[in-house]
Amino acid sequence: MEVTRQKLESDVEREKFRVKQLRARDMLRGDLEGQELEDYVHERVLTSTLEKAFDWARGNSMFPLTFGLACCAIEMMSIPASRLDIARFGFEAFRASPRQADLLILSGRISIKMAPVIRRIYDQMLEPKYVIAMGACSSSMGVFNNYAIVPADKFMPVDVHVPGCPPRPEALMHGIIELRSMVHEDPTLGWRARYSAYGTEEVIPKPAADATGVNVFGAGGTEDEIA
Amino acid sequence: MVRLTTEARELSDYRRREESVSFSEETVVEGDRELLTLNIGPHHPATHGVLRLVVTMDGEIIRDVNPVIGYLHTGIEKTAEVKSYWKAIPVIERMDYLAYYFNGMGYCGAVEKLLGIEVPRRAQYLRVIHLELNRIMSHLVWLGTSMLDLGAISVWWYCFREREQLLDLFEMSSGQRMHTRYVQVGGVGEDIPPGWEEKVREFLAIMPERCEVYSDLLSKNEIFLQRMRGVCPMEAEVLRTLGVTGPLLRAAGDPWDLRKAMPYSSYDEFEFKIPIGTQGDNYDRYAVRLAEIKESVKIVEQALDGLPEGPYITEDRKVALPPRHELATSMEALIHHFKLVTEGMRVPEGEVYNAIEGPRGEYGVFIRSDGSSKPARVHMRDPSFINLQATPMLVEGSLLADMIATLAVMDPIIGGVDR
Repeated sequence: MEVTRQKLESDVEREKFRVKQLRARDMLRGDLEGQELEDYVHERVLTSTLEKAFDWARGNSMFPLTFGLACCAIEMMSIPASRLDIARFGFEAFRASPRQADLLILSGRISIKMAPVIRRIYDQMLEPKYVIAMGACSSSMGVFNNYAIVPADKFMPVDVHVPGCPPRPEALMHGIIELRSMVHEDPTLGWRARYSAYGTEEVIPKPAADATGVNVFGAGGTEDEIA
Repeated sequence: MVRLTTEARELSDYRRREESVSFSEETVVEGDRELLTLNIGPHHPATHGVLRLVVTMDGEIIRDVNPVIGYLHTGIEKTAEVKSYWKAIPVIERMDYLAYYFNGMGYCGAVEKLLGIEVPRRAQYLRVIHLELNRIMSHLVWLGTSMLDLGAISVWWYCFREREQLLDLFEMSSGQRMHTRYVQVGGVGEDIPPGWEEKVREFLAIMPERCEVYSDLLSKNEIFLQRMRGVCPMEAEVLRTLGVTGPLLRAAGDPWDLRKAMPYSSYDEFEFKIPIGTQGDNYDRYAVRLAEIKESVKIVEQALDGLPEGPYITEDRKVALPPRHELATSMEALIHHFKLVTEGMRVPEGEVYNAIEGPRGEYGVFIRSDGSSKPARVHMRDPSFINLQATPMLVEGSLLADMIATLAVMDPIIGGVDR
């Protein structure tokens, strides 16, 4: 049984590890004796850093966003259904609000009109956040490849691409498992750190001094201008 | 201060009208009441995709709804113009993504009308089987997701269990779960594999009693009944004026079904009934769809029983690919294959409109041909788009929660709305 993934390079580390084991053995003294106790300690004591424990928990309980775009959304909906049951991996709690979600699955084609909306949703998510581009359209515009579609990489960072049109739910499961192992192994949080992309935060335009209302979508006119 | 009332709606320029939708810090006053403008979507789990609704409310009562569409515009009609006739099928299939057999069937039927070719009877029957299985699948997804909006999650699990079974059948006959590209110009892509018929019969045997399970879960549920009975009713005349077709119209009592009214693909050879409602409320819309599943089961059973022998695609080599084994021996077959794959079939000049009965209503395809191997114009009359325009009339004066239920029961597929 592998108890730790930590490599003990130097003598100092080896010595620290031995001290830890000895401390644990002292703790358990009385119930077991001799070789049995040695084996017990060797099997049970997990030496890890707090970050690793966090990553382990994070990778196993990710909340995807309830966000469907097109055809792939129907296949995405089969993931929590009874046949595949993503709850086995802790991904079944779909959240309707981006503020509560960790994972954005871009399930379908992204039109030019939808792209800013998706970017806004992504910016509303709290770090650490991850993105899966599901299907050919959100990765490479797919079969359409025309004026209306934009691939997700053009306006936001994507962690995992799942090919297919639409991908089988099993393929999306594989993508999710890949993402999980990525989260487990890479302790760096947030895409800005991963891509060293500081300074790309969303810039909120200042409202004009004489504006009467707050127009979230910009470019809107007042009633007088329209009439 | 921007008001979303009749003046804004009368503006012809769509762009300006859309941009005029904004959120003011000042309140909108109508008479002595303050109206609230609420934005729902485009990202909202209850809008079944990326539909955006701008709702003007008086307290909890809805005064006006403005659906803002285009968030899933894919340019399918334009893309079909740059592809040869049969290479446009996969693109068109991705339009209404719960009715892919219907998309393919509507388009291929239109091309066949232009070409004036006869589809073999076996192909017609195979089309009917797949279309009806697809109708069941679409209604199952509709039932699961719309009941999810009402808070009844259990029925969703059951619906998706049966859906997986159906997708296995599609995968077995065509190799794909969704967007199968099974319907081909002149017939179907390939014959059904051995053992498929038994699998379909297994499914047909369990489906009616599964319908009873859904019915038991919902029709005896007091909360469900209160949310559905008498909610947002509409007379058939108004719906017809708005162009609404499909289960929405049939729930209002009008037995308009293109399978009976203008039979295509030998639908006149099957015995089935058209379920209609009496009240035209949300409960009837639900009941009509559930009854349609049972009728579809009957049609598939009859089609399997009477499945004729013969070719599954037309013998016309100008339209359909020659069988693979002929390529090694026949020069003519090789030339036909080469011409079809590189250039595609040439279709005589003309215009055609072909309408079939989809799961959401009349699904029509218009094609204008200029004699070349690519369509000059393809336009789809998608029932989701036409039905969606009835939303404001349906929900005006009802509660916000009833609007969510009505929208779910209307079953708009945004891929079909925006195309």
